[in-house]
Amino acid sequence: MATPIPERESISLPPDGRPMRDQPAWRRDFPIDWPLDHDVERRDFVKFLTLTSFAFVVGQFWITGQSWLRGRALPPGAQRIASTNDLQVGGSLVFEYPARHDTCVLVRVAEADYVAFSQKCTHLSCAVIPKPEEGVFHCPCHEGLFDLRTGRVLAGPPPRPLPRIAIEIQGTDIYAVGVETSMI
Amino acid sequence: MAAPRTFSRSQRGPIVTGMLAFVLILVVLQLWLLTATMNAYLGGDDSLVWPAALASVACFLLNAGLLRYLRRMEKTRA
Repeated sequence: MATPIPERESISLPPDGRPMRDQPAWRRDFPIDWPLDHDVERRDFVKFLTLTSFAFVVGQFWITGQSWLRGRALPPGAQRIASTNDLQVGGSLVFEYPARHDTCVLVRVAEADYVAFSQKCTHLSCAVIPKPEEGVFHCPCHEGLFDLRTGRVLAGPPPRPLPRIAIEIQGTDIYAVGVETSMI
Repeated sequence: MAAPRTFSRSQRGPIVTGMLAFVLILVVLQLWLLTATMNAYLGGDDSLVWPAALASVACFLLNAGLLRYLRRMEKTRA
């Protein structure tokens, strides 16, 4: 037959006879009844870990919500970013797309060949610097290197390629028309 | 529901320690899931988000079940 656990005060009697709530903190933390102490400590720890586990679930669903909102967001519209006359071959130009503070860089790699990428390094968001003569974007913070034409990681700690900005040329005007992200 | 089996103190120790280790492993797994999902999400990959959330819920339910069992075991002593 199972028997319920007695209250702690009824089995742990401090030397001065006062109730446990009147005892100093160190004695409350380390009860006299040491078997009870061990059981309670481990149970409390499991409880704490279960609460942590719940917090992780909340975090997962926060990401899920953000992902859902991102899926419903309208694609960014077209935005004129430069004229073909603004850039020499090998030249670059910084612009903001799709929102303010989303800095991107447009590079003219050949007479009729333009590429644009987000300027934020995918490692820790430092601004990457185009080096058309070497065919790379260079992140000076941790020596990350990205391919100038594809945005793929060539060296350093960045985990993902640079997001590519889709561009369209209409006459002499260059428009940014979308953002393409990829994992590889 | 059947009454929980009672254990002696010497039996309870390893059981509780085993549960604690299992819960700890599940929590570490959830931490890994969270960081991997965040990394994929920031990289534009949304395909992992729902499976990871469901896996995390499964881990939490296991943890909650173990905690419930532990509390019931503590209430009934040999």
